[in-house]
This record gives sequence, structure tokens and C-alpha cells, in this order.
Amino acid sequence: MASASQGNSPTAGQIARQITVSEKTPAASEKETSVRFEISDLNFYYGSKQAVFGLNLKIPKNKVTALIGPSGCGKSTFLRTLNRMNETIRNTRVVGKILLDGQDILQIDVVKLRRRVGMVFQRPNPFPKSIYDNVAYGLRINGYSGRLNDLVEHSLKRAALWDEVKDALHKSAFALSGGQQQRLCIARALAVDPEVLLMDEPCSALDPVTTAKIEELMFQLKDSCTMAIVTHNMQQAARASDFTAFMLDGKLIEHNETSQLFTTPQDPRTEAYITGRFG
Amino acid sequence: MSQARLIWRRVLNALMLTLTGVAAFGVVSILFLILGYLIWNGGRSLNWDFLTHLPKPVGESGGGMANAIVGSLKLLFLAAVLGLPVGLLAGVYLAEFGGKVFTFVIRYTTDLLNGVPSIVIGIFAYSLAVLPVKHFSAFAGGVALGIMVIPITVRSTEEFLRAVPGTLREGAMALGASQWRTIATVVLPAASGGIITGMLLSLARVAGETAPLLFTAFSNRYWSQGWAQPIASLPVMIYTYAIAPYDDWHRQAWAAGLILLGLVLLANVGCRLVLSRKGMTRSV
Repeated sequence: MASASQGNSPTAGQIARQITVSEKTPAASEKETSVRFEISDLNFYYGSKQAVFGLNLKIPKNKVTALIGPSGCGKSTFLRTLNRMNETIRNTRVVGKILLDGQDILQIDVVKLRRRVGMVFQRPNPFPKSIYDNVAYGLRINGYSGRLNDLVEHSLKRAALWDEVKDALHKSAFALSGGQQQRLCIARALAVDPEVLLMDEPCSALDPVTTAKIEELMFQLKDSCTMAIVTHNMQQAARASDFTAFMLDGKLIEHNETSQLFTTPQDPRTEAYITGRFG
Repeated sequence: MSQARLIWRRVLNALMLTLTGVAAFGVVSILFLILGYLIWNGGRSLNWDFLTHLPKPVGESGGGMANAIVGSLKLLFLAAVLGLPVGLLAGVYLAEFGGKVFTFVIRYTTDLLNGVPSIVIGIFAYSLAVLPVKHFSAFAGGVALGIMVIPITVRSTEEFLRAVPGTLREGAMALGASQWRTIATVVLPAASGGIITGMLLSLARVAGETAPLLFTAFSNRYWSQGWAQPIASLPVMIYTYAIAPYDDWHRQAWAAGLILLGLVLLANVGCRLVLSRKGMTRSV
């Protein structure tokens, strides 16, 4: 049980991260290395239909950025350009620049990019494998052959699922409840230690209690991860995010600190949306 | 609405219901009629000797079809080795890679191939694997059956792969898996139950084929001397024995039919069991 006790205490890397984060916090608003994604003049096309128009946005490091807006406004499409998932759809085209830590994502090998930028989907999509194999999947395909057991345990702990599944690691992932499955998918994404976690309406298929668990989880993950979350739930954006971006018809209308955007929106369309007048 | 019209509608409804029910009942009873007839006629000749002995020379009674049972299994093995991999890979291509036009062409061609009469496929295998070497062989029979297995496997593989939700593929790709890796490690395992079922059913379907074997594998009254020699098979034995003028042979033909049907039914029921077990672990 040596591994279990070892896993309970934070790893050296985590402690180091926490220290650097807490040291930085007093001056957190400083600009030096605080931007993770820098998107400039992004346009996206499905065939001849344009879905994203001239979007500019900076996604700050170790913060949660929420993307809100009515259905079909291009939030998810935009999110999926960040790890180049849209490339799996035929006949799509990206114009513009996306920098990850100052590097153009088109210059990064797509496999490496997706290891650094993980993704959680709207509906839990565990693989038809055991819980253990689900978490280990990303490690295995990236050729990791070290101590899988420890990393699987660590990832499940980070996703706050370990206590519920530690005795059933080799049972099918389908045996889990919806909320557990979604946390399993988060653990699966976390296993390869991504810098960014993209979440596409991760709670839309879950009940309020489970949703609260995932929001709590996002709060804890901020230490080590930058997050961008698409959500239809305005309360969720207000509760769980540090920054909020409002999109409408493929355009970014407003982007600000969450507290600002929800209390004193600058654009009348933002105000109309967050007060529930449309969408 | 008038009363008469209302009654007429009720009568028509009852009439159509009865007609469809009778048809459905007919379908079921045909299978049981065949099965009963086979057992009635072949059951008497079905004994341990039949399963373990070679055919007796003309005029002597008794003997069995051990060589034909093993021969049929060998031919099916050849068909599986030659046909299933091609069918599987083509099915993967159709479901996962193909563009619109090309996919349509392949799918349509596959359906046409599925509709080609088995005797024509026999002629093709004959000219491909018999004429060049100038003798019948188990291999030629395997080629003929292998070709017939392909279209069924392609379509069932494609169908079951398409039923795998796209979100699974995205999940794997979002972790950095290549398309092929995604298919091999996530999509195919997710559809494995259905794909294996489709394969077994395709083999069960060709197990009873006679026409393409008549002039490829031919037949053999003894144990086959290898893949390059003629080989006995149950369907061809049934054909030979059924048209012979001996009552004993007729009964043996019925017994062979019973064994063949038994094998096919076993494959079908086995598939159901595999599928339902898979289904249960899924829905829990």
C-alpha cells in the first residue's frame, strides 16, 4: 500500500507548482507569463459557411475562462479550434493565428498539441474498457511505459473519483453513473498532464449535485491547469469562471473578468443575454 | 361516419391482422417443418459411425461422412482466412475513411457482389484456381467460399462500426491518438461483438453452398491428401447421395443435412448469446 500513501500526499511537482502559484498570487495581475492562449483574428469556415468571425481573445494561465452565448453562436466551434479537433471534420478551414505559450499551434505536432491541450466533451464518452484502461489510454498511446499504476491513481484523485472507484478499477467504465463517467473522462484527460483543459458543456448532461462536484473540481484544478469552458448555464459561468467571453453569431461581443461582465456589461447585447432577454 | 363504414373498417382491420399473423406463423413453421423432416428421415442414420467413419463402397450399408464433416470445416477455415480479413478491412474503409462518391461505388459494388449467383462465383474460382493447375483442390473451394464471405462481412462490419458513437472517436483523438490508432484501439473493440457475429453469420451462410464447390473442391470419398487435393464437403455429399438410387444413401443424405443445419443453427444461436452478453455489460 506504499503507493496509496504516497499518492495521498501531493507530489513534489504539485507542491512546487502550488508554491510558485501562491508566490505569484499577490502580483497575479502582472502580464509577464499570464497568457496561455492568444487568439488573433480567427475565422472559421464549415465549407462556405463561416462560423467564427475575426475573433481576438487572450486566455489567461491557470484561470477558468467561460464562453457563453446562444446555441449555434460558434462557442464550441471556437473551443475545438484550440486543440485542432475541427481538423477531423471534412471541408473545414481556419484562418487566423492561435498562439499557445507564444507558439503557433499549427507549428506544433497535432499529437503533442492534443497532449498539452486536453478536452472534455458534452456527454461522458468513456471507452468500452475498464476504468483503469480508460485513464491509462492517453499514457499508453503516447508511449509512456513507466509506473502506470501510480499515474492512474494520481489522475483519478485529481478528478475526485479515486475513493469511489479504487476497488473497481478493472470493472467496465459503463458501470459508472453519468457524473462518475464524466469525472472519469476528466481523469483520462488529466492523465497526460495537460496545460490546458477545454470543456465543451461538461455538465449539460448531469444533475445539479454532480455539476457542483465538477465545478469544485475545476476550482481545485486551477492550480495546475488553464481551463476554457463552454456553458449554457449562466450561473455556472458566474460561479466557476474568472473570465467570461460572450459570443453572438460567431463574433466575440465582450470579454472581461466574470464579476465585471455579469455586473456591468459594456455591450447592450451582453446585457440582454445575461438578463435572459434572448438565447 | 355511417355505421356500415365503421363495421367495414373493423372487419378489414381484423382481416389484415389475421393475414399478417398467418404469414408470420408460416415463416416459423417452415423452419420447424424442415427441421422435423430432417430429424425424421436422417435421425435413423445419425449415429457415432456416421460421425467417425468414411463412406462405405457402393452396395455396402453403414459407414459415415467423417471426411465430409472435417472437409466442410476445412473449407470454412480457408474461406475465413481468405475472405474475412479483406471484408473486415474494406468495411473499416467504408465506415471510417471513404469519401462520398468512392464509398457509394464500393458499397454498391459490394451489394452487387453479394447478389452474384454462387454458381457464377464457382466458375470464377474454377478458372482462377483449378484451370491453371488442372485439378480440383480444397484451396479452390476455399477461394470460392472466401469470395462469397467478403460482401456479407463488409456490410455487417460497416454497419456495426457506424453504430459506434462519434464521441468515442473524438475522445480518443483528443488524447492525441491518430485516426488508425483510434479505430484499432477504441472503435473496433467497441464494435467487436457485432463484427464477430457478422463474420460467423457469413460463414454459416456459405457453409451450405453447394454449387461453387461442385467444380472447385469437387468431392472425395476418402480423407483429403492436403489443400491441393479434392476434398469432400457436406453439401456436395448431400447432393451426391440424394440423387443416388439407394435408400441407404438417401437416409445418409438426410443425416448430413441435419448435421449441416445443426452447425448453422449453432453458429446463429452462439452469435445471439455473444451479442446479448455484450449488450448487457453495455446497458448496466
